[in-house]
Amino acid sequence: MRTISYATVVGAVKKLCIQAACNLPPDVIQSLEYAVIKEQSPSAKIILDQCIKNAQIASSEPLPICQDTGFAVFFVSLGSEIFIKGGQITDAINEGVCCGYKDAYLRKSIVSDPLFERKNTQDNSPAITHINIVSGDKLSITLLPKGGGSENLSALRMFKPSDEKSSIIDFVATTVVNGGGNPCPPVIVGVGIGGTADKASCIAKEALLRPAGTPNPHPGYAELENEILQKINSSGVGPQGLGGTVSALAVHIEYFPCHIASLPVAVNLNCHAARKATIVL
Amino acid sequence: MLTMTTPLSAEAVLSLRAGTQILLNGTVFTARDAAHKRLVNAIESSQKLPVDLRDQVLYYTGPTPAPPGKVIGSAGPTTSSRMDSFTPKLIETTGLRGMIGKGNRSKEVVEAIKQFGAVYFAATGGAGALLSKCIVTAEVICYEDLGPEAIYRLEFKDFPLTVAIDCMGNNLYENTLV
Repeated sequence: MRTISYATVVGAVKKLCIQAACNLPPDVIQSLEYAVIKEQSPSAKIILDQCIKNAQIASSEPLPICQDTGFAVFFVSLGSEIFIKGGQITDAINEGVCCGYKDAYLRKSIVSDPLFERKNTQDNSPAITHINIVSGDKLSITLLPKGGGSENLSALRMFKPSDEKSSIIDFVATTVVNGGGNPCPPVIVGVGIGGTADKASCIAKEALLRPAGTPNPHPGYAELENEILQKINSSGVGPQGLGGTVSALAVHIEYFPCHIASLPVAVNLNCHAARKATIVL
Repeated sequence: MLTMTTPLSAEAVLSLRAGTQILLNGTVFTARDAAHKRLVNAIESSQKLPVDLRDQVLYYTGPTPAPPGKVIGSAGPTTSSRMDSFTPKLIETTGLRGMIGKGNRSKEVVEAIKQFGAVYFAATGGAGALLSKCIVTAEVICYEDLGPEAIYRLEFKDFPLTVAIDCMGNNLYENTLV
């Protein structure tokens, strides 16, 4: 057994919150730089340049990349040989979020009750934490701070197993195109195919963590990613929905076995400020 | 690039066309959903508004808290459609001239923009750090209890914007193929 203290986890999560809010990952910056070259509209190129310059200013100031510093969503791989001493891992993650969001002047955007009071919790807690138990003695924590604008464009449809592949392409592309400027395009499109309704939604979000533009290793899904991307980018939505040829930076599909009667497809979008950060303890 | 300074007269807005990129200077007021609701409630109950919006511009933003030594935190635009149900009333009754946000507006908002000669600007969403550098002063003027949703008076210096919906009703968001 390897012991990691509760305080170590709190400190690591606090650091992750600040790192993710102010530093756009290199793969996303690279993808934006490629988008400037590909974009045909001169005014859209100016907007893409602003996105890149914004990332530079955010990391050097430091300031949050976007004022919506998001819902803190964590994907945790917890080695089965690890013992967290002094408390529960989910409590440590929540405490790390409170410290990070307060100390780094990040915006607190979480309300305690979704329908009646909608009272701000004042510390951006609670986080959403997905824990996967794996073999070994490592603890890997990945944070995906998720803004409201892009999350609000999420979609789920339960297809029939006999439905054509083209209907899935249409569903995903239409979800993105109908969102127009609201999810802050050019977006990264996460697609979850298979599993159950909840599993499809979860892997659609996990798909956003893949380095931008890396294809699925399965050639069939990689081709599908490409077909969806072409369709979205021929829509004319463009950066910020103001017209152009780059509406999405990438489409990432994740898949999972599913029931003989089902074919769930979930879509989860990330804005061009596609923040993420990982720490391994 | 074209430079403009607030307040914006009817004549100044008349020549702006959808797709034009400008740099905005001068005083701008912030307001999100909660502040809009209060403003419209005040109008409907015939109370005096805490701010005179004639020929002024509203910016839909909820900035991050200002770190020590900075005027404001990250301050990009939020989704404008959440303000759609309040906007026509504000344009009609206060003489509000311009709005800054991101994303498309409702038919009713576009109609009010046309009828009263207003304009809707898009700022780059997700570029809050860059945009904060174009804000030289920020002070809360009312609804302080709303925190990031309070109404702030901001002073813009070369704040980059795109005319998204002009006073003729031309709309950049309506040119996409589904």
